[in-house]
Amino acid sequence: MIRRELGLVLVLVAAACAPLYLPAYELSLLGRFLALAVLAMGISLIWGTGGILSLGQGVFFGLGGYAVAMHLKLASADPGAVPDFMQWSGLNTLPWWWTPFGNPAFAIAAAVIIPGTAAAALAYLVFRRRVTGSYFAIITQALALAATTFIISQQQYTGGFNGLTGFTSAFGFALGDQRTQFGLYWVTVGIVAVTFVAVRALQGSLFGKVLLAVRDGENRVRFLGYDPLPFKVIAFAIAGVLAGVAGALVTLDLGVISPAMFGVVPSIEMVIWVAVGGRNSLLGAIVGTLIVNFGKDWISSVFPDLWLHVVGAVFVLVVTVAPRGIVGLMQSVRTRSLRLRPVTPPALVE
Amino acid sequence: MIDSGSPLLSVEHVTVSFDGYTALDDLSFALASGAVHVLIGPNGAGKSTLLDTIIGRVRPASGRIVFKGNDLRAVPEYAIVRLGVCRKFQTPGVLDALTIEENLRVAVTQNRGAWHAFRAKPTAAERTRVDEVLAIIGLAERRNALAAELAHGMRQWLEIGMVVASDADLLLLDEPAAGMTHGEAEATARLIRSLAGRHAVIVIDHDMDFVEQLDAPVSVLNMGRMLAHGSVDEIRRNPDVAAVYLGRPREGDVAGR
Repeated sequence: MIRRELGLVLVLVAAACAPLYLPAYELSLLGRFLALAVLAMGISLIWGTGGILSLGQGVFFGLGGYAVAMHLKLASADPGAVPDFMQWSGLNTLPWWWTPFGNPAFAIAAAVIIPGTAAAALAYLVFRRRVTGSYFAIITQALALAATTFIISQQQYTGGFNGLTGFTSAFGFALGDQRTQFGLYWVTVGIVAVTFVAVRALQGSLFGKVLLAVRDGENRVRFLGYDPLPFKVIAFAIAGVLAGVAGALVTLDLGVISPAMFGVVPSIEMVIWVAVGGRNSLLGAIVGTLIVNFGKDWISSVFPDLWLHVVGAVFVLVVTVAPRGIVGLMQSVRTRSLRLRPVTPPALVE
Repeated sequence: MIDSGSPLLSVEHVTVSFDGYTALDDLSFALASGAVHVLIGPNGAGKSTLLDTIIGRVRPASGRIVFKGNDLRAVPEYAIVRLGVCRKFQTPGVLDALTIEENLRVAVTQNRGAWHAFRAKPTAAERTRVDEVLAIIGLAERRNALAAELAHGMRQWLEIGMVVASDADLLLLDEPAAGMTHGEAEATARLIRSLAGRHAVIVIDHDMDFVEQLDAPVSVLNMGRMLAHGSVDEIRRNPDVAAVYLGRPREGDVAGR
């Protein structure tokens, strides 16, 4: 166990030092993909541990992204003026619900609280009716479609299809500055580390054990005196918060948030990252996110039209050949090689 | 807590029907604290339905079930358990993804709220209880093994252990000895006898050898109604019971073996 913890610390140090040895482009990709890994760990929690498949995590990602983007938009506009896209739509006064986003602390808090609350509300309404499994997945998928359609239709308030972009500074730091990029990268690495430790602790707690039991049989848990509803709602809200945090970080990194970044297709891709890495493993969620996204970047630059086909094929391959993902494959390889020499059996609980 | 004289559980004129089929027909039944009681009856007699109704999985069309003075009709399943009723199902329902010890920990924890579960550390009493139950069911050596790895008989015991660990006042055991070897069934009967006094227990079983070892009063259910009450011997001599079990008209003393 100590060796494993040491390995994680070494990975963390290597990641923190990446600005020293990675070219600027790769570093910015790594930062963005690590931000996505925060969302992926949320999927691992609800899907791997809780058995809840959500095809709509993009919605919470988008809510976090827009919360931050609204602040950046206001900060970039001339004092007293409304953001440019509102002017183009003939809107001359700022809508009341935009106003508080001028406060940076409010915007950051909103990027966490709004996705979390939305996720909790959705989970409560649906799970209370004892709707589960693929029905829930379909509902979340529909939600992703509805959310993007709605945002595109409200162009004067949301920037529509183009989303929110054209920011100059973020919380007092110039966005183009390399130091800002480094700072954002380190913040991202820190959030990934904290998320990893926190979610792992959650999985090891009684809460995590009951959630795992809910995955395998909700009724059995009920007849042991536990109400599955709050367990599922809390887990889903945590995943919503993590998606919102990822959305905020990616928006800061890319300088844009738009419906194309969190609609139906991106929401499905998010699940694929976790499936590829191994949904039962937090580390798998991170590894899967990095591998699939770096693969996407590489393939899209070489064969621009091929990406969707590749990701589809990879998903089919994972589901049929390696349902436990890359981490599952590595574990079975290791147990096979371990069988050759006498060893003490690995502990099942940490 | 409980008025002396009033039973721990009373089933009052309960009728349950599924799509026109009457599974329980105006059934009444009462159980005192700490009493062990056996329910037998042919397939389809309504034994499992009775337990389902007590635990809230099935709701009665008419009549009511009162446990410790609470009318259970409108109480959600998990809240019925928190009142002190725990059920072992016919097919073992252990939590496969958890270890044996974790299964018992989930069962033994008395504060079952989601927020509490974040920071819940087992209390000293809960830890002791888990160790006791592990010793009782003979799985102390394998406490860190996954429940999914257990053989059938062991799974049965783990689930009985979970029901016992829950420390509920009323334990409902649906065919606890099914699929067990003779020796395992004997040990299970010993365990159930030892529960008397501390817990009220309702046991459903078919196997008359096993029922005899329980040394407890027996009720016979047939077609959703109570057919007979009595000791094992009395039930064996009851011509009505014989008729039901053997599917032939009364012929006097045929049920005994």
